[in-house]
Amino acid sequence: MSPRWQRLRGLARKEMLQILRDPSALLIAFLLPVVLLFVIGFGLSLDAHKLKLAAVIEAGSEPVRGISEALDASPYLNVYWAPSGQAARLALDAGQVRGILTMREDFAERLVNPQRWPAQAQLAVNATDPNTGTLLSGYVQGAFSSWLAGTMTEDVLTPPGGIALETRFWYNPDLRSSDFIVPGIIVLVMSMTGTLLTALIVSREWERGTMESMLAAPASMAELVGAKLGVYFVLGMASMAMAAILTVTVFGVPLRGSVLLLALISALFLIFALAQGLFISTIARNQFVSAQLAFLSTMMPAMMLSGMLFDIASMPRWLQLITCFIPARYFVSALQTLFLAGNVWSVLLPNLLALAVAAILATAATLAVTHRRLD
Amino acid sequence: MLARILALVLKELTSLWADKKTRFVLIIPPLVQVVLFANAATYDVMHVPLAVWNEDAGVQSSELIRGFTYSRAFAAGPEVFSPMQAQSALESKQAAAVLHVPQDFSADILARRTTHVQLLIDARRSNTALIVSAYASQIVSAYAAKVTRAGAGPVDIALTYLLNPSLASRWLILPALVVILSMMMTTMISALSLARERELGTFEQMLVTPLRPVEIMLGKAVPSLLVGLLEANIVLLAALLLFGVPFKGNLLLFQFTLVVFSLAGVAVGLAISSFTHTQQQAILGVFIYAAPAIVISGYASPIENMPLILQWASKLDPITYMLVISRGMFLTRLPVSLIWAQSWPMILIAVALLAMATQAVRRSVV
Repeated sequence: MSPRWQRLRGLARKEMLQILRDPSALLIAFLLPVVLLFVIGFGLSLDAHKLKLAAVIEAGSEPVRGISEALDASPYLNVYWAPSGQAARLALDAGQVRGILTMREDFAERLVNPQRWPAQAQLAVNATDPNTGTLLSGYVQGAFSSWLAGTMTEDVLTPPGGIALETRFWYNPDLRSSDFIVPGIIVLVMSMTGTLLTALIVSREWERGTMESMLAAPASMAELVGAKLGVYFVLGMASMAMAAILTVTVFGVPLRGSVLLLALISALFLIFALAQGLFISTIARNQFVSAQLAFLSTMMPAMMLSGMLFDIASMPRWLQLITCFIPARYFVSALQTLFLAGNVWSVLLPNLLALAVAAILATAATLAVTHRRLD
Repeated sequence: MLARILALVLKELTSLWADKKTRFVLIIPPLVQVVLFANAATYDVMHVPLAVWNEDAGVQSSELIRGFTYSRAFAAGPEVFSPMQAQSALESKQAAAVLHVPQDFSADILARRTTHVQLLIDARRSNTALIVSAYASQIVSAYAAKVTRAGAGPVDIALTYLLNPSLASRWLILPALVVILSMMMTTMISALSLARERELGTFEQMLVTPLRPVEIMLGKAVPSLLVGLLEANIVLLAALLLFGVPFKGNLLLFQFTLVVFSLAGVAVGLAISSFTHTQQQAILGVFIYAAPAIVISGYASPIENMPLILQWASKLDPITYMLVISRGMFLTRLPVSLIWAQSWPMILIAVALLAMATQAVRRSVV
């Protein structure tokens, strides 16, 4: 056994003992993914089912009663029958309902008399979340149409020469938002175990002065960094495997691509994350600053700028350019494709390359910085 | 007693401010985050790349397609000529939707026959897909109404937008960022302040000073509270000045609710640090608390869609209450009764956790 190999083994053993002695690293690697997956997976639903709507009816007659039933029957609406417009507005201001549907006195009269069509209903939506407004009006329209379809013949309703739009939803026909959010959580988990852990652990060595004594040991900088990266790499991959298994078993997200590719892409991202963590801790050398920098440079971008939650194409152009420098973006894109679409090389290959470049650059930068610090 | 607490507060503030890197971390990151995230955190659907598969040579089909490309929601993507190409455009994300206009589209319209167009949507991102389909059906029915010149249908829904007539989703995000960025800072600083003393062994030294446990807790709480207020106001100013979000509520009352909220954040931090022995554990504790707490607060998705158990958990989360206050006070004149209804649970949470943390310190005295 070469002495270099022996040194590496010794260093790796030291790191492992350190992890086992303070279980917080293990908690981060294995408890945190579970907590994140369950809370985000079940809690963060972007499906807009059951929107709360206040309805105010100023005239009650036969057709309006039919409409009320249709609104109540809609799977997307949760209707609160408000006694007055004022009560409805109060509920809207307090955030209890997302919109108010008002049918005035002449609504029923005009509805039964085709000469006086259209009967007008007013829908006021709380537009603080603009999309909810769009969806709500779509759902109300849907409830009206299903009532109309039940009461009137088709040629009254659709004028000849109309255009029918047939919409097909591919890759996720049930439109479950958890199918794209849950694979994205893996990115969060990896950022946590990767960057945060290494950032904290090494900055602690600097803070306590044990880093200097390690540097005085007969091991090269590359060996020190290698041993640290190696141990946390194993930890990170294990936590990633657990997260992937939970994604498939508990959340029922299909894994249409290959497991091997998933492992390869994750490994590349993990190397980047680990190197970045070492880099941060070397320049910060203080746990509070390290934690804030790790949070700022990994967690938040992984959540906000990676396309995990928010569509990159809808961001302003300058911000889209910035996201190109965030490796999490490529990882999210690869994960969503691997899970939901399969081995689509035209998407995966550029992402793989970008992640490989990021991993190499981050490792090189870390080595450079630590070498300089040696002086 | 007051003089002793004041001395401790001053010591804490000095130690925070003395370090150049810490100073940097307190001021710059919140500003960067506000600018980046206010622009990033949008559920607006814009410039969705639309591939067109047009088999029709008539004027009508190009008119319909123009309806799509002129709208804000869509941007022109690649043209495709076969189902295979349509599929690969979607698969490789070159297009997020494919519009298929069949051969006899124009002829059908001229002959006043009902005609069909198809829209294939990449639904990997389900919420975007839903909005895209809503936009598409608006565009198609607007065009259909134009060509058929038919009378109106039986029911017409007049849509008005309340509270945010310009439909900017920043108005939803920025009030939330005021809350979340300040919470991260207060919780982290208070959790670390105790843990650092423990780790470095200065905690024991503090215990032998004439300071009583309650005084130690207050001395640790007040500086974090002040930093939290500072953070919140940095973000508030950025929202008002950089992004022009209106603030309709009473600013003074808002500051009061911020104090209450920061106190709850500090209490969470101190409670976390009473369980931990090192800074590392405290930081990890803050992360384990913060990530779920932000998710269940209703920051990114409505609480009413969550499973019941998470809805209950959100009642214990101070962020939930402060979000209602912040969003309400930015966009409406939230009645004082509603503000109070959101404030007292935060006070309750703060008092309970502070008592718990003080108890833990007292135990370590014995």
